[in-house]
Amino acid sequence: MTLKDKLLNGDFVVTGELGPPRGCDADVVRKKAAMLKGVVDAVNITDNQTAIVRMSSLAASVICLSEGVEPVMQMTVRDRNRIALQSDLLGASALGIQNILCLSGDHQSFGDQPGAKGVNDIDSIQLLYTARRICEEKKILHSDKPLTSAPELFIGAACNPFAEPTDFRPIQLKKKIDAGAHFIQTQTIYDIPAFREFMKRIVDMGLHEKAYILAGVMPLKSAMMASYLNDKVPGVIVPQQVIERLKGVPKERVADEGIEQSCEMINELRTIEGVHGIHIMAIEWEHRVKDIVERSGLDKRIHK
Amino acid sequence: MLVAELKPYNETKSFIEKYQSILVVGCGGCTSLCNAGGLRETEALAAKLRRDTGVNIKSVTIERQCEDEFVIELSRMMEGVDAVLSLGCGAGVQLIAEQFINIPIYPALNTKFVGTSHDRRVFIERCRSCGECRLGSTAGICPITRCAKGLQNGPCGGSENGMCETGNGRECAWCLIIERMKAQGRLHELEAFCEPVQWPGQAPERFECGMGVK
Repeated sequence: MTLKDKLLNGDFVVTGELGPPRGCDADVVRKKAAMLKGVVDAVNITDNQTAIVRMSSLAASVICLSEGVEPVMQMTVRDRNRIALQSDLLGASALGIQNILCLSGDHQSFGDQPGAKGVNDIDSIQLLYTARRICEEKKILHSDKPLTSAPELFIGAACNPFAEPTDFRPIQLKKKIDAGAHFIQTQTIYDIPAFREFMKRIVDMGLHEKAYILAGVMPLKSAMMASYLNDKVPGVIVPQQVIERLKGVPKERVADEGIEQSCEMINELRTIEGVHGIHIMAIEWEHRVKDIVERSGLDKRIHK
Repeated sequence: MLVAELKPYNETKSFIEKYQSILVVGCGGCTSLCNAGGLRETEALAAKLRRDTGVNIKSVTIERQCEDEFVIELSRMMEGVDAVLSLGCGAGVQLIAEQFINIPIYPALNTKFVGTSHDRRVFIERCRSCGECRLGSTAGICPITRCAKGLQNGPCGGSENGMCETGNGRECAWCLIIERMKAQGRLHELEAFCEPVQWPGQAPERFECGMGVK
């Protein structure tokens, strides 16, 4: 069953992440895919994340497919105009990719090509609209001439519940769903009560019935990482008690403690109304995902 | 207004050193207002080049370099001139080049953006000339220009304390838009989907103006 089928079936799903290498070695992708195979339901393949040049998301997605891992191809609007994006949507579908995630992308000034021209011909919500139009209406943007065949894509979007301005976030999520998102993956969550509040608004707006919402979890590798996320990454709030707990264990046990915390969070997130799955972001920690899934009991998630 | 800044002096000097006689042309328009290419800057640059090179240097500041009627006035100063150094914006440089096609022209400025002036000291980019003005739906704040990602349908996840994650003191355009729309009781208007822009300038633009509002 595909990710889409499982969600349609009412299953609680788990997705992971795989960062393509800074090189052309397909084996790097194969090895990471092997760590996630059978552990998660689908794997996000990042698109030049942090604006650093890497193997393309499309290529790495195809490698994953050949390894029996279902990819969610991430697509940012930073590097491609609407011609290239639409062409890649068709091409990805022809190669067997069924899931895409539409993103604005990290700003080019953060990466290794700070002088690159940020394309941003369309924005991420316009990409959602474009993808839906291609799939449902069999038409590309601004053209009434039907395509000879149209893909059937499961279209995703990202959401950061805690980024400013926070009171606009539910409206923004509604815009994404109205534009074409079938599923949503959230930014990593550490502040469960704040996320509960956010989800209450989402449920009140009925959005949880219009799209599948997967709650983001990123295991903390150290107290330093926790402080960095809290201080430097906009829209990520790591409560002080989470950081203190990591500080309170001996060095060799910190990673384990981070995983334990992730498992506890997963078990809380599972109980929140409107949450249809968990998205585990463990880039360069792909080998620990199995541990997280098993220790949190997600491996026993029931396929109804 | 167009905002420009003087190129590094050595770059400008390197352009003209090989000539015997040049004309330095300032502009009384936008580049004058941003302290880059007006009479004062033009005379200062000409004086410095006279001191540092053996080149014969004449200088003049015209009303505006982007209007043909003012550029034509330069004809009377072109005799014996081997090259022109312009302190106009990119448009001005090109118009002089077009009027005097046999004379090499060099820019003394880097043209930066269309923006506003604050105390004649701080300049802020405001307009990317998209040709499809939607300021009416974003409380008079242009997200195409002032959002680092040019997002048209709302903020990314990267703003903090009202500032853009790209730093350098940039405010988050969407925080400003949302705050102002809220203050005007118009937040609900931002729920509307904003369609992709049909970008102009895919080929150089040309436009003949009509007679104003009919």
